[in-house]
Amino acid sequence: MKILLVAEYRDGKLLGSAYELIAFAQKMAADSVMFLAGSEAALPAYDGRLYLADAAVCGEFNPDVHKALLLDVIAREQPEMIAFSHSSYGWDLAPRVAFALRAAQVSEVVDVADGALVVPACNAKLRRNVQVKTAKTVVTLQAGAFGLADAPAGTPAVEKISADAAGKLEFGGYEAAEQGGVDLSKAEVIVSAGRGVGKPENVAMVAALAKALKGEYGASRPVVDSGWVEHKRQVGTTGQSVAPKLYVACGISGAIQHLAGMKKSEFIVAINTDKDAPIGEVADVLVVADLKQFVPLLTEKLQAL
Amino acid sequence: MKILVCIKQVPDMESKFKIAASGTWYDSADLAWRMNEYDEYAVEQAVQLKEQVKEADLTVLCIGSERVKETMKKALAMGCDRGAHVADDDCAGKEPYEIAAIIAEYAKDKGFDLIFTGMQSQDRGSAQVGVLAAEMLGIPSISTIVTFSYADGRIEVKRELEGGVKALLKTRTPALVTCQLGLNTPRYPTLPNIMKAKKKELISLPVADLLKVEARMETVKMYFPEKKGGGLVLEGDPGQLADKLIQILKEKTGVLA
Repeated sequence: MKILLVAEYRDGKLLGSAYELIAFAQKMAADSVMFLAGSEAALPAYDGRLYLADAAVCGEFNPDVHKALLLDVIAREQPEMIAFSHSSYGWDLAPRVAFALRAAQVSEVVDVADGALVVPACNAKLRRNVQVKTAKTVVTLQAGAFGLADAPAGTPAVEKISADAAGKLEFGGYEAAEQGGVDLSKAEVIVSAGRGVGKPENVAMVAALAKALKGEYGASRPVVDSGWVEHKRQVGTTGQSVAPKLYVACGISGAIQHLAGMKKSEFIVAINTDKDAPIGEVADVLVVADLKQFVPLLTEKLQAL
Repeated sequence: MKILVCIKQVPDMESKFKIAASGTWYDSADLAWRMNEYDEYAVEQAVQLKEQVKEADLTVLCIGSERVKETMKKALAMGCDRGAHVADDDCAGKEPYEIAAIIAEYAKDKGFDLIFTGMQSQDRGSAQVGVLAAEMLGIPSISTIVTFSYADGRIEVKRELEGGVKALLKTRTPALVTCQLGLNTPRYPTLPNIMKAKKKELISLPVADLLKVEARMETVKMYFPEKKGGGLVLEGDPGQLADKLIQILKEKTGVLA
Protein backbone atom coordinates (compact mmCIF):
# COMPACT_ATOMS: atom_id res chain seq x y z
CA MET A 1 0.00 0.00 0.00
CA LYS A 2 1.10 3.55 -0.68
CA ILE A 3 -0.01 6.49 1.48
CA LEU A 4 0.24 10.15 0.58
CA LEU A 5 1.02 12.09 3.77
CA VAL A 6 -0.18 15.69 3.80
CA ALA A 7 2.15 17.68 6.06
CA GLU A 8 1.33 21.15 7.35
CA TYR A 9 3.06 24.47 7.42
CA ARG A 10 1.98 27.61 9.22
CA ASP A 11 3.47 31.04 9.65
CA GLY A 12 6.76 29.99 8.10
CA LYS A 13 7.12 26.78 10.10
CA LEU A 14 6.68 23.08 9.44
CA LEU A 15 4.27 21.58 11.97
CA GLY A 16 5.49 18.64 14.05
CA SER A 17 2.42 16.64 13.10
CA ALA A 18 4.37 15.58 9.98
CA TYR A 19 6.10 13.03 12.21
CA GLU A 20 2.75 11.66 13.36
CA LEU A 21 1.84 11.07 9.72
CA ILE A 22 5.12 9.22 9.19
CA ALA A 23 4.41 7.13 12.32
CA PHE A 24 1.01 6.23 10.85
CA ALA A 25 2.62 5.05 7.60
CA GLN A 26 5.06 2.97 9.67
CA LYS A 27 2.20 1.45 11.65
CA MET A 28 0.42 0.59 8.39
CA ALA A 29 3.68 -0.89 7.04
CA ALA A 30 3.04 1.19 3.95
CA ASP A 31 5.19 3.04 1.44
CA SER A 32 4.72 6.76 1.62
CA VAL A 33 5.23 9.99 -0.23
CA MET A 34 4.66 13.42 1.26
CA PHE A 35 2.99 16.64 0.18
CA LEU A 36 3.80 20.02 1.70
CA ALA A 37 2.69 23.50 0.79
CA GLY A 38 5.58 25.11 2.60
CA SER A 39 9.14 26.17 2.07
CA GLU A 40 12.48 24.61 1.25
CA ALA A 41 13.83 26.27 4.37
CA ALA A 42 11.59 24.13 6.61
CA LEU A 43 11.58 20.54 5.43
CA PRO A 44 10.91 17.50 7.61
CA ALA A 45 13.50 14.81 8.30
CA TYR A 46 12.07 12.24 5.91
CA ASP A 47 13.72 9.79 3.57
CA GLY A 48 11.04 9.68 0.90
CA ARG A 49 9.80 11.76 -1.99
CA LEU A 50 8.31 15.10 -1.02
CA TYR A 51 6.17 17.16 -3.38
CA LEU A 52 6.73 20.76 -2.39
CA ALA A 53 4.55 23.68 -3.38
CA ASP A 54 5.91 27.10 -2.44
CA ALA A 55 3.58 28.56 0.19
CA ALA A 56 4.81 32.04 -0.76
CA VAL A 57 3.09 31.44 -4.12
CA CYS A 58 0.17 29.10 -3.38
CA GLY A 59 -0.63 30.46 0.07
CA GLU A 60 -0.45 28.77 3.47
CA PHE A 61 -4.22 28.46 3.67
CA ASN A 62 -5.81 28.27 0.27
CA PRO A 63 -7.95 25.13 0.13
CA ASP A 64 -8.96 25.31 -3.55
CA VAL A 65 -5.36 25.64 -4.71
CA HIS A 66 -4.00 23.06 -2.26
CA LYS A 67 -6.71 20.69 -3.46
CA ALA A 68 -5.64 21.17 -7.07
CA LEU A 69 -1.99 20.57 -6.13
CA LEU A 70 -2.89 17.42 -4.20
CA LEU A 71 -5.01 16.03 -7.01
CA ASP A 72 -2.06 16.47 -9.34
CA VAL A 73 0.25 14.57 -6.96
CA ILE A 74 -2.39 11.86 -6.47
CA ALA A 75 -2.72 11.42 -10.25
CA ARG A 76 1.03 10.91 -10.49
CA GLU A 77 1.55 8.70 -7.46
CA GLN A 78 -1.75 6.79 -7.33
CA PRO A 79 -1.72 6.27 -3.54
CA GLU A 80 -4.44 4.05 -2.07
CA MET A 81 -4.70 6.31 0.94
CA ILE A 82 -4.31 10.03 1.59
CA ALA A 83 -3.61 10.93 5.23
CA PHE A 84 -4.15 14.33 6.84
CA SER A 85 -3.92 15.38 10.47
CA HIS A 86 -7.34 15.93 12.05
CA SER A 87 -6.49 19.61 12.46
CA SER A 88 -7.98 22.90 11.31
CA TYR A 89 -6.03 22.47 8.06
CA GLY A 90 -6.74 18.76 7.63
CA TRP A 91 -10.45 18.63 8.43
CA ASP A 92 -11.00 21.54 6.05
CA LEU A 93 -9.02 20.19 3.11
CA ALA A 94 -9.71 16.45 3.41
CA PRO A 95 -13.42 16.53 2.40
CA ARG A 96 -12.59 18.68 -0.64
CA VAL A 97 -10.02 16.15 -1.80
CA ALA A 98 -12.22 13.14 -0.95
CA PHE A 99 -15.11 14.57 -2.93
CA ALA A 100 -12.94 15.22 -5.99
CA LEU A 101 -11.56 11.66 -5.80
CA ARG A 102 -14.97 10.05 -5.18
CA ALA A 103 -13.30 8.52 -2.16
CA ALA A 104 -14.64 7.73 1.29
CA GLN A 105 -13.29 9.90 4.09
CA VAL A 106 -12.82 8.52 7.58
CA SER A 107 -12.34 11.31 10.12
CA GLU A 108 -10.26 11.36 13.31
CA VAL A 109 -8.79 7.87 13.05
CA VAL A 110 -7.30 6.74 16.36
CA ASP A 111 -6.28 3.18 15.51
CA VAL A 112 -6.38 0.41 12.94
CA ALA A 113 -7.85 -2.91 14.09
CA ASP A 114 -9.26 -6.01 12.37
CA GLY A 115 -8.77 -4.39 8.98
CA ALA A 116 -10.99 -1.48 9.96
CA LEU A 117 -10.27 2.13 10.80
CA VAL A 118 -11.17 2.99 14.40
CA VAL A 119 -12.74 6.36 15.16
CA PRO A 120 -14.31 7.90 18.27
CA ALA A 121 -18.00 8.75 18.62
CA CYS A 122 -20.09 10.70 21.14
CA ASN A 123 -17.32 12.78 22.73
CA ALA A 124 -14.99 9.77 22.80
CA LYS A 125 -17.42 7.80 24.97
CA LEU A 126 -17.77 5.26 22.16
CA ARG A 127 -15.66 3.84 19.36
CA ARG A 128 -16.61 2.77 15.84
CA ASN A 129 -14.88 0.46 13.40
CA VAL A 130 -15.35 1.69 9.86
CA GLN A 131 -14.92 -0.12 6.59
CA VAL A 132 -14.48 1.71 3.33
CA LYS A 133 -16.04 0.70 0.00
CA THR A 134 -14.05 2.90 -2.35
CA ALA A 135 -10.72 2.25 -4.09
CA LYS A 136 -9.07 5.21 -2.43
CA THR A 137 -9.49 6.27 1.17
CA VAL A 138 -8.97 9.70 2.71
CA VAL A 139 -8.25 9.74 6.44
CA THR A 140 -7.67 12.40 9.05
CA LEU A 141 -5.67 11.25 12.08
CA GLN A 142 -6.41 12.28 15.63
CA ALA A 143 -3.53 14.31 17.10
CA GLY A 144 -1.26 12.10 19.18
CA ALA A 145 -3.04 8.83 18.34
CA PHE A 146 -0.12 7.32 16.44
CA GLY A 147 2.76 8.89 18.34
CA LEU A 148 5.79 10.30 16.61
CA ALA A 149 7.94 8.51 14.04
CA ASP A 150 10.86 6.57 15.50
CA ALA A 151 14.08 8.49 14.98
CA PRO A 152 13.02 10.59 12.00
CA ALA A 153 15.97 11.02 9.69
CA GLY A 154 16.92 11.59 6.11
CA THR A 155 16.58 14.31 3.57
CA PRO A 156 13.51 14.21 1.37
CA ALA A 157 13.84 13.98 -2.39
CA VAL A 158 12.12 17.25 -3.19
CA GLU A 159 10.00 17.62 -6.28
CA LYS A 160 8.70 21.15 -6.76
CA ILE A 161 5.14 21.58 -7.96
CA SER A 162 2.85 24.47 -8.75
CA ALA A 163 -0.76 24.98 -9.81
CA ASP A 164 -2.62 27.38 -12.08
CA ALA A 165 -5.78 27.21 -9.99
CA ALA A 166 -7.15 30.30 -8.29
CA GLY A 167 -8.76 30.11 -4.87
CA LYS A 168 -12.24 31.30 -3.97
CA LEU A 169 -11.10 32.54 -0.57
CA GLU A 170 -9.08 35.62 0.25
CA PHE A 171 -6.62 35.05 3.10
CA GLY A 172 -6.04 38.10 5.27
CA GLY A 173 -3.32 36.82 7.59
CA TYR A 174 -3.29 35.51 11.13
CA GLU A 175 -4.42 36.95 14.40
CA ALA A 176 -2.20 35.90 17.30
CA ALA A 177 -3.67 34.20 20.35
CA GLU A 178 -4.76 36.52 23.13
CA GLN A 179 -1.81 37.34 25.29
CA GLY A 180 -2.47 37.40 28.98
CA GLY A 181 -0.57 37.50 32.22
CA VAL A 182 -1.26 33.83 32.93
CA ASP A 183 1.28 31.37 31.58
CA LEU A 184 -0.20 28.07 32.63
CA SER A 185 2.70 26.17 31.11
CA LYS A 186 4.90 27.34 34.00
CA ALA A 187 2.51 26.35 36.80
CA GLU A 188 3.39 23.23 38.80
CA VAL A 189 -0.21 22.67 39.77
CA ILE A 190 -3.26 23.43 37.64
CA VAL A 191 -6.84 22.98 38.78
CA SER A 192 -9.31 23.28 35.92
CA ALA A 193 -13.03 23.89 35.83
CA GLY A 194 -15.23 22.09 33.32
CA ARG A 195 -18.88 22.24 32.39
CA GLY A 196 -19.63 20.28 35.56
CA VAL A 197 -19.12 23.39 37.68
CA GLY A 198 -22.66 24.25 36.59
CA LYS A 199 -22.63 28.02 37.03
CA PRO A 200 -20.14 30.90 36.93
CA GLU A 201 -20.17 31.44 40.73
CA ASN A 202 -18.71 27.97 41.21
CA VAL A 203 -15.52 28.85 39.35
CA ALA A 204 -14.44 30.54 42.60
CA MET A 205 -14.28 27.22 44.46
CA VAL A 206 -12.02 25.81 41.75
CA ALA A 207 -9.80 28.89 41.99
CA ALA A 208 -9.71 28.48 45.78
CA LEU A 209 -8.57 24.87 45.45
CA ALA A 210 -5.86 25.97 43.02
CA LYS A 211 -4.71 28.54 45.57
CA ALA A 212 -4.66 25.97 48.37
CA LEU A 213 -2.43 23.82 46.15
CA LYS A 214 -0.27 26.88 45.33
CA GLY A 215 -1.18 26.57 41.68
CA GLU A 216 -3.13 28.29 38.93
CA TYR A 217 -6.65 27.62 37.82
CA GLY A 218 -7.65 26.85 34.25
CA ALA A 219 -10.77 25.86 32.38
CA SER A 220 -12.07 23.70 29.58
CA ARG A 221 -13.52 25.15 26.42
CA PRO A 222 -17.25 25.17 27.31
CA VAL A 223 -16.51 27.19 30.45
CA VAL A 224 -14.50 29.73 28.43
CA ASP A 225 -17.11 29.89 25.66
CA SER A 226 -19.73 30.61 28.31
CA GLY A 227 -17.65 33.58 29.42
CA TRP A 228 -17.13 32.26 32.97
CA VAL A 229 -13.34 32.18 32.65
CA GLU A 230 -11.14 34.21 30.30
CA HIS A 231 -9.63 32.52 27.24
CA LYS A 232 -6.05 32.91 28.47
CA ARG A 233 -6.81 30.22 31.05
CA GLN A 234 -8.18 27.70 28.54
CA VAL A 235 -6.46 24.31 28.46
CA GLY A 236 -6.67 22.25 25.29
CA THR A 237 -5.82 22.34 21.59
CA THR A 238 -7.30 25.78 21.07
CA GLY A 239 -5.92 27.08 24.36
CA GLN A 240 -2.71 26.22 26.16
CA SER A 241 -1.00 22.83 26.29
CA VAL A 242 0.23 22.10 29.77
CA ALA A 243 2.20 19.41 31.62
CA PRO A 244 2.26 20.35 35.32
CA LYS A 245 3.27 18.07 38.20
CA LEU A 246 -0.37 17.87 39.23
CA TYR A 247 -3.48 18.48 37.14
CA VAL A 248 -6.88 18.42 38.81
CA ALA A 249 -9.84 18.26 36.42
CA CYS A 250 -13.06 19.38 38.11
CA GLY A 251 -16.22 18.44 36.25
CA ILE A 252 -14.39 17.97 32.95
CA SER A 253 -15.75 15.12 30.85
CA GLY A 254 -12.56 14.85 28.83
CA ALA A 255 -13.23 15.83 25.22
CA ILE A 256 -10.27 14.88 23.07
CA GLN A 257 -9.36 18.54 22.51
CA HIS A 258 -9.01 18.98 26.25
CA LEU A 259 -7.12 15.73 26.81
CA ALA A 260 -4.65 16.69 24.08
CA GLY A 261 -3.76 19.79 26.07
CA MET A 262 -3.18 18.15 29.48
CA LYS A 263 -2.58 14.41 29.24
CA LYS A 264 1.19 14.82 29.57
CA SER A 265 0.73 16.08 33.13
CA GLU A 266 2.74 14.03 35.62
CA PHE A 267 -0.19 13.23 37.89
CA ILE A 268 -3.85 13.66 36.99
CA VAL A 269 -6.79 13.75 39.40
CA ALA A 270 -10.30 13.88 37.98
CA ILE A 271 -13.32 14.83 40.03
CA ASN A 272 -16.50 13.82 38.25
CA THR A 273 -19.93 12.42 39.00
CA ASP A 274 -19.77 10.28 35.85
CA LYS A 275 -17.57 7.25 36.37
CA ASP A 276 -17.57 6.57 32.62
CA ALA A 277 -16.41 10.05 31.57
CA PRO A 278 -13.47 9.83 29.12
CA ILE A 279 -11.31 11.87 31.52
CA GLY A 280 -11.06 8.60 33.49
CA GLU A 281 -8.88 7.24 30.67
CA VAL A 282 -6.02 9.55 31.51
CA ALA A 283 -6.62 10.09 35.24
CA ASP A 284 -4.35 8.50 37.85
CA VAL A 285 -7.11 9.00 40.38
CA LEU A 286 -10.80 9.43 39.59
CA VAL A 287 -12.81 10.78 42.50
CA VAL A 288 -16.47 9.98 41.89
CA ALA A 289 -18.15 12.88 43.63
CA ASP A 290 -20.13 16.07 43.13
CA LEU A 291 -17.44 18.70 42.85
CA LYS A 292 -19.63 21.34 44.49
CA GLN A 293 -19.53 19.27 47.66
CA PHE A 294 -16.09 17.72 47.33
CA VAL A 295 -13.93 20.65 46.20
CA PRO A 296 -14.68 22.98 49.15
CA LEU A 297 -14.10 20.08 51.56
CA LEU A 298 -10.76 19.24 49.97
CA THR A 299 -9.74 22.90 49.96
CA GLU A 300 -10.53 23.24 53.65
CA LYS A 301 -8.51 20.15 54.53
CA LEU A 302 -5.56 21.32 52.44
CA GLN A 303 -5.60 24.73 54.12
CA ALA A 304 -5.50 23.00 57.51
CA LEU A 305 -2.34 21.04 56.65
CA MET B 1 -31.63 37.15 0.76
CA LYS B 2 -32.18 33.42 1.18
CA ILE B 3 -30.48 31.66 4.06
CA LEU B 4 -30.33 27.95 4.95
CA VAL B 5 -29.20 26.53 8.27
CA CYS B 6 -28.69 22.78 8.62
CA ILE B 7 -29.09 21.21 12.03
CA LYS B 8 -28.90 17.75 13.57
CA GLN B 9 -30.61 16.27 16.58
CA VAL B 10 -28.18 14.37 18.82
CA PRO B 11 -28.37 12.68 22.22
CA ASP B 12 -27.28 14.66 25.24
CA MET B 13 -23.64 13.63 25.56
CA GLU B 14 -24.03 13.12 29.31
CA SER B 15 -26.40 10.23 28.54
CA LYS B 16 -25.68 6.65 29.53
CA PHE B 17 -25.13 5.12 26.13
CA LYS B 18 -25.95 1.53 25.23
CA ILE B 19 -25.01 -0.30 22.06
CA ALA B 20 -27.98 -1.12 19.79
CA ALA B 21 -28.84 -4.73 18.95
CA SER B 22 -27.34 -4.22 15.48
CA GLY B 23 -23.96 -3.67 17.15
CA THR B 24 -23.20 -0.84 14.75
CA TRP B 25 -24.70 2.20 16.51
CA TYR B 26 -25.89 3.34 19.91
CA ASP B 27 -29.37 2.43 21.10
CA SER B 28 -31.71 5.38 20.57
CA ALA B 29 -34.04 4.34 23.42
CA ASP B 30 -33.99 6.17 26.77
CA LEU B 31 -31.88 9.07 25.56
CA ALA B 32 -32.53 12.78 25.98
CA TRP B 33 -32.33 14.51 22.59
CA ARG B 34 -31.25 18.04 21.82
CA MET B 35 -29.88 20.24 19.08
CA ASN B 36 -26.27 19.50 18.19
CA GLU B 37 -24.34 22.12 20.15
CA TYR B 38 -22.41 23.46 17.14
CA ASP B 39 -25.68 23.91 15.25
CA GLU B 40 -27.05 26.20 17.96
CA TYR B 41 -24.31 28.66 16.99
CA ALA B 42 -25.18 28.16 13.32
CA VAL B 43 -28.85 28.91 13.94
CA GLU B 44 -28.01 31.97 16.04
CA GLN B 45 -25.69 33.37 13.36
CA ALA B 46 -28.27 32.76 10.64
CA VAL B 47 -30.92 34.56 12.70
CA GLN B 48 -28.55 37.47 13.39
CA LEU B 49 -27.85 37.77 9.67
CA LYS B 50 -31.58 37.78 8.92
CA GLU B 51 -32.07 40.52 11.51
CA GLN B 52 -29.21 42.51 9.99
CA VAL B 53 -30.35 42.40 6.36
CA LYS B 54 -34.07 42.65 7.21
CA GLU B 55 -35.33 41.23 3.88
CA ALA B 56 -34.45 37.61 4.32
CA ASP B 57 -36.02 34.19 4.33
CA LEU B 58 -34.42 31.65 6.65
CA THR B 59 -35.03 27.92 6.26
CA VAL B 60 -33.91 25.33 8.81
CA LEU B 61 -33.26 21.85 7.46
CA CYS B 62 -33.03 18.70 9.53
CA ILE B 63 -32.86 15.03 8.56
CA GLY B 64 -34.36 12.34 10.76
CA SER B 65 -37.46 10.70 12.17
CA GLU B 66 -40.58 12.48 13.47
CA ARG B 67 -38.63 12.96 16.70
CA VAL B 68 -36.33 15.62 15.20
CA LYS B 69 -39.26 17.99 14.68
CA GLU B 70 -38.96 18.94 18.35
CA THR B 71 -35.45 20.23 17.72
CA MET B 72 -36.59 21.98 14.53
CA LYS B 73 -39.25 23.78 16.56
CA LYS B 74 -36.52 25.18 18.78
CA ALA B 75 -34.76 26.56 15.69
CA LEU B 76 -38.06 28.06 14.51
CA ALA B 77 -38.58 29.59 17.95
CA MET B 78 -35.05 31.07 17.78
CA GLY B 79 -36.07 32.88 14.58
CA CYS B 80 -36.00 30.62 11.52
CA ASP B 81 -38.93 31.28 9.17
CA ARG B 82 -39.68 27.80 7.86
CA GLY B 83 -38.64 24.22 8.38
CA ALA B 84 -37.72 21.55 5.84
CA HIS B 85 -37.83 18.16 7.50
CA VAL B 86 -36.23 15.36 5.51
CA ALA B 87 -38.09 12.34 6.82
CA ASP B 88 -35.68 9.47 7.35
CA ASP B 89 -35.98 6.81 10.05
CA ASP B 90 -32.48 5.54 9.27
CA CYS B 91 -30.63 8.84 9.49
CA ALA B 92 -28.17 7.50 12.09
CA GLY B 93 -26.94 4.90 9.63
CA LYS B 94 -26.08 7.44 6.96
CA GLU B 95 -22.50 8.53 6.51
CA PRO B 96 -21.42 12.16 6.00
CA TYR B 97 -21.26 11.85 2.21
CA GLU B 98 -24.93 10.79 2.06
CA ILE B 99 -26.02 13.52 4.46
CA ALA B 100 -24.15 16.17 2.46
CA ALA B 101 -25.68 14.84 -0.77
CA ILE B 102 -29.19 15.17 0.71
CA ILE B 103 -28.49 18.78 1.74
CA ALA B 104 -26.96 19.66 -1.64
CA GLU B 105 -29.86 18.05 -3.52
CA TYR B 106 -32.33 20.05 -1.44
CA ALA B 107 -30.40 23.32 -1.82
CA LYS B 108 -29.26 23.11 -5.44
CA ASP B 109 -32.08 24.99 -7.16
CA LYS B 110 -33.21 27.21 -4.29
CA GLY B 111 -30.66 30.01 -4.63
CA PHE B 112 -29.49 30.23 -1.05
CA ASP B 113 -27.04 33.11 -0.56
CA LEU B 114 -25.65 31.67 2.64
CA ILE B 115 -25.69 28.23 4.20
CA PHE B 116 -24.76 27.70 7.83
CA THR B 117 -23.90 24.36 9.44
CA GLY B 118 -22.19 23.30 12.65
CA MET B 119 -18.52 22.43 12.20
CA GLN B 120 -19.27 18.87 13.28
CA SER B 121 -21.87 16.81 15.08
CA GLN B 122 -21.35 15.72 18.66
CA ASP B 123 -22.09 12.06 17.98
CA ARG B 124 -20.34 11.33 14.66
CA GLY B 125 -17.90 14.21 14.76
CA SER B 126 -16.73 13.82 11.16
CA ALA B 127 -16.48 17.57 10.42
CA GLN B 128 -17.21 16.74 6.76
CA VAL B 129 -20.85 17.49 5.97
CA GLY B 130 -20.74 21.27 5.51
CA VAL B 131 -17.58 21.34 3.41
CA LEU B 132 -18.78 18.38 1.31
CA ALA B 133 -22.16 20.00 0.66
CA ALA B 134 -20.43 23.19 -0.52
CA GLU B 135 -18.17 21.19 -2.85
CA MET B 136 -21.25 19.46 -4.29
CA LEU B 137 -22.93 22.85 -4.81
CA GLY B 138 -19.75 24.38 -6.24
CA ILE B 139 -19.73 27.28 -3.78
CA PRO B 140 -16.91 28.47 -1.49
CA SER B 141 -16.87 27.20 2.07
CA ILE B 142 -15.03 28.24 5.20
CA SER B 143 -14.93 25.86 8.14
CA THR B 144 -14.60 26.38 11.89
CA ILE B 145 -15.55 30.06 12.01
CA VAL B 146 -15.48 31.99 15.29
CA THR B 147 -16.49 35.41 13.95
CA PHE B 148 -18.79 36.34 11.08
CA SER B 149 -19.75 39.52 9.29
CA TYR B 150 -21.66 40.20 6.10
CA ALA B 151 -21.91 43.26 3.87
CA ASP B 152 -22.84 43.71 0.19
CA GLY B 153 -22.54 40.11 -0.92
CA ARG B 154 -19.24 39.53 0.87
CA ILE B 155 -18.48 37.75 4.10
CA GLU B 156 -15.54 38.24 6.42
CA VAL B 157 -14.79 35.61 9.04
CA LYS B 158 -12.12 34.42 11.38
CA ARG B 159 -11.50 30.71 11.44
CA GLU B 160 -10.04 29.06 14.47
CA LEU B 161 -6.68 27.33 14.26
CA GLU B 162 -4.78 25.49 16.96
CA GLY B 163 -3.33 27.31 19.96
CA GLY B 164 -5.84 30.16 19.89
CA VAL B 165 -4.55 31.56 16.58
CA LYS B 166 -7.15 32.73 14.07
CA ALA B 167 -7.01 33.13 10.31
CA LEU B 168 -8.83 36.00 8.62
CA LEU B 169 -10.73 35.07 5.48
CA LYS B 170 -13.08 36.72 3.02
CA THR B 171 -15.23 35.42 0.22
CA ARG B 172 -18.29 36.22 -1.86
CA THR B 173 -21.75 34.78 -1.51
CA PRO B 174 -23.20 32.32 -2.23
CA ALA B 175 -21.07 30.57 0.36
CA LEU B 176 -21.24 28.05 3.16
CA VAL B 177 -19.71 28.40 6.61
CA THR B 178 -19.35 25.80 9.37
CA CYS B 179 -19.68 27.19 12.88
CA GLN B 180 -17.39 26.56 15.84
CA LEU B 181 -18.39 26.81 19.51
CA GLY B 182 -18.13 30.34 20.88
CA LEU B 183 -19.07 32.03 17.58
CA ASN B 184 -21.86 33.94 19.33
CA THR B 185 -24.25 33.50 22.25
CA PRO B 186 -27.18 31.35 21.13
CA ARG B 187 -30.43 32.88 22.35
CA TYR B 188 -33.01 31.09 24.44
CA PRO B 189 -36.38 31.02 22.70
CA THR B 190 -38.89 33.22 24.52
CA LEU B 191 -42.36 31.92 25.31
CA PRO B 192 -44.11 34.19 22.72
CA ASN B 193 -41.62 33.00 20.08
CA ILE B 194 -42.21 29.38 21.04
CA MET B 195 -45.94 29.97 20.54
CA LYS B 196 -45.32 31.70 17.20
CA ALA B 197 -43.07 28.87 16.05
CA LYS B 198 -45.97 26.44 16.28
CA LYS B 199 -47.65 28.27 13.40
CA LYS B 200 -44.61 28.35 11.13
CA GLU B 201 -44.38 26.17 8.04
CA LEU B 202 -42.73 22.81 8.68
CA ILE B 203 -42.90 20.56 5.65
CA SER B 204 -41.71 16.97 5.44
CA LEU B 205 -39.93 15.59 2.39
CA PRO B 206 -39.28 11.87 1.93
CA VAL B 207 -35.55 11.17 2.01
CA ALA B 208 -35.88 8.97 -1.08
CA ASP B 209 -36.60 12.10 -3.15
CA LEU B 210 -33.29 13.67 -2.16
CA LEU B 211 -30.84 10.84 -1.64
CA LYS B 212 -29.32 9.89 -4.98
CA VAL B 213 -25.92 8.54 -3.92
CA GLU B 214 -24.69 5.40 -2.22
CA ALA B 215 -22.69 5.15 0.98
CA ARG B 216 -18.93 4.97 0.54
CA MET B 217 -18.25 3.44 3.93
CA GLU B 218 -20.04 1.68 6.73
CA THR B 219 -19.77 1.26 10.45
CA VAL B 220 -19.14 -2.43 11.12
CA LYS B 221 -19.01 -2.24 14.90
CA MET B 222 -19.65 0.23 17.71
CA TYR B 223 -18.35 -0.39 21.20
CA PHE B 224 -17.05 1.15 24.41
CA PRO B 225 -13.31 1.81 24.43
CA GLU B 226 -11.27 -0.38 26.76
CA LYS B 227 -10.36 1.39 29.95
CA LYS B 228 -6.66 2.02 29.76
CA GLY B 229 -4.19 2.89 32.47
CA GLY B 230 -6.35 1.52 35.25
CA GLY B 231 -6.38 4.68 37.33
CA LEU B 232 -7.62 4.41 40.88
CA VAL B 233 -11.35 5.03 41.27
CA LEU B 234 -12.38 6.50 44.64
CA GLU B 235 -16.01 6.40 45.72
CA GLY B 236 -17.79 7.03 48.98
CA ASP B 237 -18.16 9.73 51.62
CA PRO B 238 -16.71 13.05 50.35
CA GLY B 239 -14.90 13.79 53.63
CA GLN B 240 -13.12 10.44 53.63
CA LEU B 241 -12.41 10.80 49.91
CA ALA B 242 -10.69 14.13 50.55
CA ASP B 243 -8.46 12.58 53.24
CA LYS B 244 -7.62 9.70 50.97
CA LEU B 245 -6.78 11.98 48.06
CA ILE B 246 -4.51 14.14 50.23
CA GLN B 247 -2.71 10.98 51.34
CA ILE B 248 -2.22 9.95 47.70
CA LEU B 249 -0.98 13.40 46.71
CA LYS B 250 1.57 13.27 49.55
CA GLU B 251 2.82 9.87 48.45
CA LYS B 252 2.74 10.24 44.66
CA THR B 253 3.44 13.91 43.99
CA GLY B 254 5.80 16.50 45.43
CA VAL B 255 3.28 19.30 45.44
CA LEU B 256 2.30 19.13 49.12
CA ALA B 257 5.91 19.15 50.35
